[in-house]
Amino acid sequence: MLAWIIIVPTVWNIYLSFTRYRGIRPPQWIGGYNWNKLIHDATFWVSFRNSIWMIIAMVVVPIVLGLFISSLLFDVIQKKFGSKTASTLRAVYYIPQLLPIAVAALAMGWILRPTDGALNALLKSIGLGNLSHNWLGSPDTALIMLMIIMIWIQLGYPVVIFMSGLQRVDPELYEAANLDGANWFQRFRAITLPSIKPEIFVVALTCTIAALKVFGPVYMLTRGGPGTSTIVPSYYSYSQFFQTQQVGYGAAISTALTIVIVIVSIIFTNVQQRAEREDEE
Amino acid sequence: MTNATISASPTREDYKKMAKVKKNRSAGDWVAIVILILGGLLMLFPFVVILLNAFKTSADYNGAGPLSWPKEFTLSGIMKFWTASNFPEKVWNSVWTSGLVAIFAVLLSILNSFALGIGRVKGRRWIILLIMLANMMPQEALLYPLYIMFKAIGLYNSQWAIVIIFTVIQSAFGTYLLSSVYGTFPKAILEAAALDGASRWKILKDVVFPISRPTLSVMLVFFFIWTWNEYMIPMAFLVDNSTQTVPIAVSALSGDKLMDVTTTAGASLISIIPTLIFYLIFQRTLSRGITAGAVK
Repeated sequence: MLAWIIIVPTVWNIYLSFTRYRGIRPPQWIGGYNWNKLIHDATFWVSFRNSIWMIIAMVVVPIVLGLFISSLLFDVIQKKFGSKTASTLRAVYYIPQLLPIAVAALAMGWILRPTDGALNALLKSIGLGNLSHNWLGSPDTALIMLMIIMIWIQLGYPVVIFMSGLQRVDPELYEAANLDGANWFQRFRAITLPSIKPEIFVVALTCTIAALKVFGPVYMLTRGGPGTSTIVPSYYSYSQFFQTQQVGYGAAISTALTIVIVIVSIIFTNVQQRAEREDEE
Repeated sequence: MTNATISASPTREDYKKMAKVKKNRSAGDWVAIVILILGGLLMLFPFVVILLNAFKTSADYNGAGPLSWPKEFTLSGIMKFWTASNFPEKVWNSVWTSGLVAIFAVLLSILNSFALGIGRVKGRRWIILLIMLANMMPQEALLYPLYIMFKAIGLYNSQWAIVIIFTVIQSAFGTYLLSSVYGTFPKAILEAAALDGASRWKILKDVVFPISRPTLSVMLVFFFIWTWNEYMIPMAFLVDNSTQTVPIAVSALSGDKLMDVTTTAGASLISIIPTLIFYLIFQRTLSRGITAGAVK
C-alpha cells in the first residue's frame, strides 16, 4: 500500500519532470529541458527564498515562543496558580490548531480586508486610522502578514508537545533547583531545555517539512501574490500543474522540493542521532 | 494491563498538592501570568471577531462595522450557511472519513513499527526515512498520479480514496513516532515474554500495546484533527457536493459572491465546533504521553 500511494507517484513525478506533458497528449520525453529552465527561473528561486521566511514563521518563532510559554506554564503558572489555569491557557494557545486551514485562512483574510476588515476598523477606532492598509494586497506587507498568520496557527503545536514532554521531568529536580536559589531562567536552561530535547527535534523536523510544503494558507489568502511576493514552491508547482497545465514543469518543481525536504530530513536525523549519542556518553 | 502505569505521568492530584503547597506568588510570577494572558488574548482576537459577527444581521454589519456589539442577535448568518451547505451532511462526511483514517492509521503504524522497532530490522533508519517520504512529498506532487490511479480503479470522487490516501500519509508519521518508542523498549521484558512461550501476536497485544497506549491515543487525536483539516486532496477528489467535507464547504463560500460577511463568520464559527468538542473530550489524553514516544 505504501508502495502504491507513495513510491509510484514519486517515480512518476521524477519521470514527468523530464517530459513535456499538457495533460492531453501522452508525455513527450524532452530530457533535462525542464531542469535547465528551473535553474534559470527567477520565480523558482524567489519561492525558495520565501520558504526560508516560512521556516522562520513556522519553525523558529513557534519553537522559541513555545519553549518560553510551555516552561512558564509548567514551571510557574501550574505551581503558583494551579493546574486548571495552566491547562486553560494551554487550550487557548492550541485553539488555532483546531481550525481547518481553509477556515483560518478565510477568517484571517476577512479580518485583514482593506475596506471593511476588522484590523483596519480596530486601528481606526483607536485613532490610528492612517495606519490602515491593504494588508494582504500590497507587496510590502503581504509576506509579513502571512508569517504572522502562520505563527498564530503553529504556536499551539510546540506548546502542547513541550508541555507533555515536561511532565516526564522529575518534579524534585525543580524543587532542588529552587532550594539552591535558581531563578526561573536558570531552571529553564539547566532543566527544562535538556529534558525536552527529543521533543524539540521532533517538532523542528515536522514543522520544517510542513513549512517547506506549505500550501493551503498561501492558496487561500494570497495565491502567491501580489506579483510573486508570497509565492512558495508548493504553490508555484500547483499553479504549473493545474493552471497553466505545464505538468512536466510542475513535476520538476515538486521533485526539486521533495529533494530539498529529503536532504533536510536526513541532516536532521543525523544531527539528532549525534545529539543522542552525546547524551549517552 | 498492569504495565500501563509505567508511562503514566504524575496525576492531577499530585499537581494539586504541589499547587497548594506554595502560593507565595512573587512579582515575577504575576508578570508571567499577565504576559501569558495578554498573549492568549492576542491568540483569541480573531475568534472574538468571528464570534461578534456571527450573530449580526448583515445590515448591522454594513452600518456599524466589524467591531461593534451586535444590535440584535440573529442566527440568520449561521442558518444560511447551514442550509446552503447542508451542514449536517458535511459534518458526517468529515467525521467518518477522519474517524476511519485515525483508526486505520493507528493500526497500520502499530504493525509497521512493531516489525521495525521490536524486530530491530537492519537499516531501520532508512526504512523509516523511506516511509516518511509519504510525509515529505508535497501533496500537489501526489495529486496528479493519484488522480489518474484512482480514476483507473473507479474510486475517484469516492470518500474511500480519501480514507486510503490519508491512512498511508498519517501512518507514516505514526510509524516514525512509534518505532522510536518501540526501539527503546526494554528488551528484557520481551525476552521474558518469549521465554514464557508467548507468540509475537501475544507480545504485541498484551505487552507492547498497553505500554504504548498513551502515545497511541494522542496519535488517534492528532490523526483525526489533521485529516479533518485536510484541504487540497479532498478538494481535488471530492467533486460531488454530497461527498465533500467541512473545510471545503466553508472555503466554497469565499468564491461565492452572494455570501456576506456575517455568513462567513457564522460558517467559521460552526465549523470549529465539532473539532473543539473533540479536543475538549480528549484534552486530558493530550496532556499525557505524546512523547512518551518521541524519544528517539
